[in-house]
Amino acid sequence: MDLLRFITAGSVDDGKSTLIGRLLYDSKNILVDQLEALERSTKNKDNGEVDLALLTDGLRAEREQGITIDVAYRYFSTLKRKFIIADAPGHVQYTRNMITGASHAGLIIILIDARQGVVEQTRRHSIIASLLKIPHVVVAVNKMDLVDYCKDVYHKIVEEYKLVAAQLNLDNVAYIPISALKGDNIVEKSAHITWYEGVSLLNYLEEVKIENDINLKDARFQVQMVIRPQTNALHDYRGYAGTVLSGIYRVGDKVTVLPSGAQSTISKIETGGQEAVKVFAPQPAVIHLADNIDISRGDTIALSSSLPAIATEANVLLCWMDEKPLQQGNKYLLQHQSKRVRAVIKQVHFKIDVNTLAQQQVDEAIKLNEVAAASIKTAVPLVYDAYEKLKQNGNAILIDETSNSTVAAVLFR
Amino acid sequence: MSNYQLDYLEQLEAESIHIFREVAGQFEKPALLFSGGKDSITLVHLAMKAFAPAQFPFPLVHIDTGHNFPEALNFRDALARKIKATLIVREVEDTIQQRNLTEPKGKFPSRNWLQTYTLLDTIEEFQFDCCIGGARRDEEKARAKERIFSVRDEFGQWDPKLQRPELWNCFNGKIHKGENVRVFPISNWTELDIWNYIRKEKIELPSIYFAHDRDVIANDGQLVAVSHFIKPSASDTVVTKKVRYRTVGDMTCTAAVESNASTLDEVINEIIATRISERGETRIDDRVTEAAMEDRKKNGYF
Repeated sequence: MDLLRFITAGSVDDGKSTLIGRLLYDSKNILVDQLEALERSTKNKDNGEVDLALLTDGLRAEREQGITIDVAYRYFSTLKRKFIIADAPGHVQYTRNMITGASHAGLIIILIDARQGVVEQTRRHSIIASLLKIPHVVVAVNKMDLVDYCKDVYHKIVEEYKLVAAQLNLDNVAYIPISALKGDNIVEKSAHITWYEGVSLLNYLEEVKIENDINLKDARFQVQMVIRPQTNALHDYRGYAGTVLSGIYRVGDKVTVLPSGAQSTISKIETGGQEAVKVFAPQPAVIHLADNIDISRGDTIALSSSLPAIATEANVLLCWMDEKPLQQGNKYLLQHQSKRVRAVIKQVHFKIDVNTLAQQQVDEAIKLNEVAAASIKTAVPLVYDAYEKLKQNGNAILIDETSNSTVAAVLFR
Repeated sequence: MSNYQLDYLEQLEAESIHIFREVAGQFEKPALLFSGGKDSITLVHLAMKAFAPAQFPFPLVHIDTGHNFPEALNFRDALARKIKATLIVREVEDTIQQRNLTEPKGKFPSRNWLQTYTLLDTIEEFQFDCCIGGARRDEEKARAKERIFSVRDEFGQWDPKLQRPELWNCFNGKIHKGENVRVFPISNWTELDIWNYIRKEKIELPSIYFAHDRDVIANDGQLVAVSHFIKPSASDTVVTKKVRYRTVGDMTCTAAVESNASTLDEVINEIIATRISERGETRIDDRVTEAAMEDRKKNGYF
């Protein structure tokens, strides 16, 4: 059984919480006492129906205002797969939460209200899916019950979205007409949508091929810590512990340690305390090298056959996540996996309108929820890949040293 | 599955090990909050794997309410000895005396709320900058929004609106002096994942997780063990039943489940078949208000 992480995105009333509630409910992942609590909460409202959206609105502030204000994670499983859902809110001001959820996702469900068609928020969510390179997209055309399950309405929306997908180079897009409220095409195929020949949403989530989504070609491994027990029995033991970000490492492979550039050969590999002949992404590992090289936390061990970029200057996309705006010339800490370095934003080149992808001139500071292209300079060399090519080694965060907040998502270009 | 694919338990394990190594890399004085329950026992197992063959690198900290199951305490001591970890135990009873706190009243007095005081005092005493906990997001609605690295202010408080965004597998544990971070390496595991992992890795558990005979009273549909802390009143009927525990908390606020499951396989089958959640079935103190957990977390609870 494998694991699929996905995110749901939609505008405020597209029925996202209802969809998640429905997936959990119809796949029998909601338990009796949770359902009873739900019924108790619903009784205070006017209509008598159980409100499935209440299953996911976790915090009291949200329950009172009836909105979702932060990313929440939900878990369910079927016989075929375990699923982790990042439930990110649809409000304009919470783009930051969606980017957070999307950074973990292998698939995105974009909800479209059948009565509204493709709207500004649909474009924004699709642009974020494209920027963050989410491998699979499901366009769920929701509220089909409110348009009499009309085939033409659905097809018109599909055609409209195909233009968006083409513009954004989104591959692997699937389309499914659903009603989250009524349960059409969620778990079972709908009896109302006879003209639709595809599978139900859950069926699609269970079957979509995800094993090729990890890059096994370009091997990257960043050292999280050096393990040196320094006991009598393990006197000379020196292993580099970290997670394989991408690719495969085998005993005997020629490697280059970066940024120093020192070369060596893998002499031993351990994972989970056991020796292994190979490790691959995303396994944790302890790697031993044949030569004594000075290696510390944050250094990269790459297979010599395919090396990442090494530079103190880089072009990046910044997704700004803090109330305090970005000021050109400001200094931040840049954290790339486990490596923290000082960085300065040398120049902000342009802003990207997340609704149209248009490049805009920068005439003021970059604010919360805005995306900008910039060049940065770091105090010591960074070892990275372009996000587009290898996202596991192409991402970082910016930290404000005075508040310690995470202020931006960084995508290397 | 291809040769280069991990199954879901291996993926969860990989994520947890990554988190443990980040804790070791980012903090100066981390501690692992240990309760003797299956989640913290799983944490210890994961940490052993993350740092092998080195010694277990953190102290185990147990905030003892004084209402614990003796089986869980014995297990705790034996485990700490086995892995050669430092065990720090601090008693809620001492905090109550020193700070002149008022004990909760009632027949099932829960010291859960008071634990917070002892925990904060312990953090201050040892200057811990990071406390690793076994909370899972599937446990409860407020937990579903908790970050893996959750920053607490000097009062130990959690503000759900001021959480740091957590992107990719990049964890920001940077804090000011006096603050600390709660880290939850098994955030993405469900109850069933834990049980399946315990079976796969052959992890030992305290005996109370398996069916045994116990004197209990039935309270509002829940079975509560008769103990030094819970004295039956005249109207109670004490019966001996075959029970097991699904969670291990205080004897005063953890209910038992009637069961014949004496092996891991049998326990897992029962959990798959059950239609009631872990907290709903076994925690007496969560029922008070719908927002009970949210309130406790804001005040520095685990």
